[in-house]
Amino acid sequence: MYQYSDFDRAFLTERNAQFRHQVERRIDGSLTEDEFKPLRLMNGLYLQLHAYMLRVAIPYGTLNSAQMRQLAIIAERWDKGYGHFTTRQNIQYNWPKLPDVPDMLDALAEVGMHAIQTSGNTIRNVTADHFAGAAADEIADPRPVAELLRQWSTDHPEFQFMPRKFKIAITGSPNDRAVTAAHDIGLRIVERDGEIGFQVIVGGGMGRTPMVGKVLAEFVSGDDLLPYLEATVAVWNVIGRRDNKYKARIKILVHEYGLENLRADVEAEFALRKAQFTGADQKLLDSISQMFAPPRFDTADTGGFATVYDDDPVFRAWADTNLSAHRAPGYAIVTVSLKAHGATPGDASAEQMRVLAELAEQFGHDELRISHEQNVILPHVHKRHLPAIHARLKEAGLATANIGLISDIIACPGMDYCALATARSIPIAQEIATRFDELKLEHDVGPLKIKISGCINACGHHHVGHIGILGLDRAGVENYQITLGGSGTEDAAIGQRAGPGFSADEIIPAIERLVYAYLDLRTEPSETFLQTYRRLGLAPFKAALYPEKHALAAE
Amino acid sequence: MSKAFTPKVVTASHLLDGDVIYLTAEDTWSRRLEEAEVIEDEAHAQLRLLDAESQADVVVGAYLADVAIGATGPEPTHFRETFRRTGPSNYFHGKQAGL
Ligand code: HEM
Ligand code: SF4
Repeated sequence: MYQYSDFDRAFLTERNAQFRHQVERRIDGSLTEDEFKPLRLMNGLYLQLHAYMLRVAIPYGTLNSAQMRQLAIIAERWDKGYGHFTTRQNIQYNWPKLPDVPDMLDALAEVGMHAIQTSGNTIRNVTADHFAGAAADEIADPRPVAELLRQWSTDHPEFQFMPRKFKIAITGSPNDRAVTAAHDIGLRIVERDGEIGFQVIVGGGMGRTPMVGKVLAEFVSGDDLLPYLEATVAVWNVIGRRDNKYKARIKILVHEYGLENLRADVEAEFALRKAQFTGADQKLLDSISQMFAPPRFDTADTGGFATVYDDDPVFRAWADTNLSAHRAPGYAIVTVSLKAHGATPGDASAEQMRVLAELAEQFGHDELRISHEQNVILPHVHKRHLPAIHARLKEAGLATANIGLISDIIACPGMDYCALATARSIPIAQEIATRFDELKLEHDVGPLKIKISGCINACGHHHVGHIGILGLDRAGVENYQITLGGSGTEDAAIGQRAGPGFSADEIIPAIERLVYAYLDLRTEPSETFLQTYRRLGLAPFKAALYPEKHALAAE
Repeated sequence: MSKAFTPKVVTASHLLDGDVIYLTAEDTWSRRLEEAEVIEDEAHAQLRLLDAESQADVVVGAYLADVAIGATGPEPTHFRETFRRTGPSNYFHGKQAGL
């Protein structure tokens, strides 16, 4: 894992001291809110519906046990004993008090964490495949490059006042678990003639104009990556629209100016900038890469794993859904669900954070990951430890066997917390999960991703949900619109609107009708919801969603 | 024809803890909507909003919110204001726990 240098520590100490003074001056009245707001946003502090909210970056989703323990302490000391893990691999605290925030930031700095550039028109926290460094299908670990990008983008003087926010995601696997096609820039590590390089995807995004990113460059070599990215951001920074914030993201530039034109400008800018990169970035990358060396994998045999798997159906169900293939023999990747049926997606109590830290320390080479799907990963676990881990997770209420299933829902905070929301999202997620648990259907239904946003900003990724739910305000009443057929992986697609929205009371039955329709329509149990949708299109699902209209039309 | 004026309260967030607060007729800030001054006149509403905005060292983001007049005082007319008055629906946190 990356270890802070003296430079990093000094930078953070200085930055936190500055913010402490800014907070003091806000409280004593020397700064107005208009003056203070940009300063607090630069440090990840929002004002939400009921309280302040502090958004802390978890760069490329990687944490060690000491950091996780510190997150637990912060949750207890300055919040209400829990934290919310988000789709951008951040943790949000929903109840900090303004005078306490400088102390929270100092506590984060003690373990090499911060809230810088988790807001504002800057390059945001760089996200990565949550299985990075562990996945069996990986070409290379994307995290050293992600860390290089973090250092390059943090406080980058050219990129502090951009037309809008800028989000980068990176994956090292052909199976895209980082939603790279829905980011301003998505990077995919690829191999060409034995050389490792990067496919650069540009102009993806969600929000009110969802777009799947397009390939800006098929192959950029490692040496060229940083100047190439700098050139791309620089071109957009200059010609991206500033007249209308809804048209400011790079996706709109790609759309209006054209991919070819953008590519030509980027290449011209790249030629100029490349000369200024004298190789210092590559030296830095080398030293960063050493800190991401894989752990010394254990070569013991898998012990009692197979026996417990055969004998204990609860363990077996969990192992079947929550484990993924690891690159090292005898190992597995464990995804710990933060989606217990009826709980708030992505929330973890301080006690649960401690259990996870302990498991990572004891059985997981001290590593943890946060996924954009709002779950926690133990990336390196030897299979002989799995029964013990499962038992400990069960005690902590963390052993829900639902990864990738209908109750593993992404939901943004929605109107329960967010000042921009048009409707709630959390209760809808809670009710769907509870309902399908009662029906005991979810394992039968199989892989199905539901994603819920509480407004068109689409923080809950609804555009790329197999089933997307968007909460709106229709004449002062919550209303939920359904989209179908979205996907956030390497075959990314934006979901199609199914028709008129549903009230809060109608939305759960509507989802139920959809799922039953799928069960009827699939050719065999192995055909997933998304495959069935792609084979048949919207019509049969629409008929299930709106039976009355369908009946009328048939008359 | 301009739209008829509907009753309003002045609401904001408390600077220190972000709590939802309401301006009372006595020029204090209350965490209870029932105690808010109900404003039924447009010109007075603008004045009260200015009063609130001038207290930048106490409150953030003051605005006028619509209310209906119920048996026990003002009631929200929009669900957003209902959540602001109560707190989130997934936990018993925020005002519902504090008051
Ligand atoms: C509660 C405070 C939040 C505020 C005020 C907020 C605000 C916004 C806004 C304004 C946008 C649209 C940006 C644009 O298109 O230019 C957006 C997009 C987004 N936000 Fe949030 N958000 C919040 C919470 C979250 C949370 C909790 C998550 C993760 C669970 C999140 C993840 C995202 C993502 C993934 C997008 C869409 C991707 C994109 O196009 O940028 N946000 N947010
Ligand atoms: S999608 Fe809307 S409601 Fe949900 S967190 Fe984002 S801004 Fe808030």
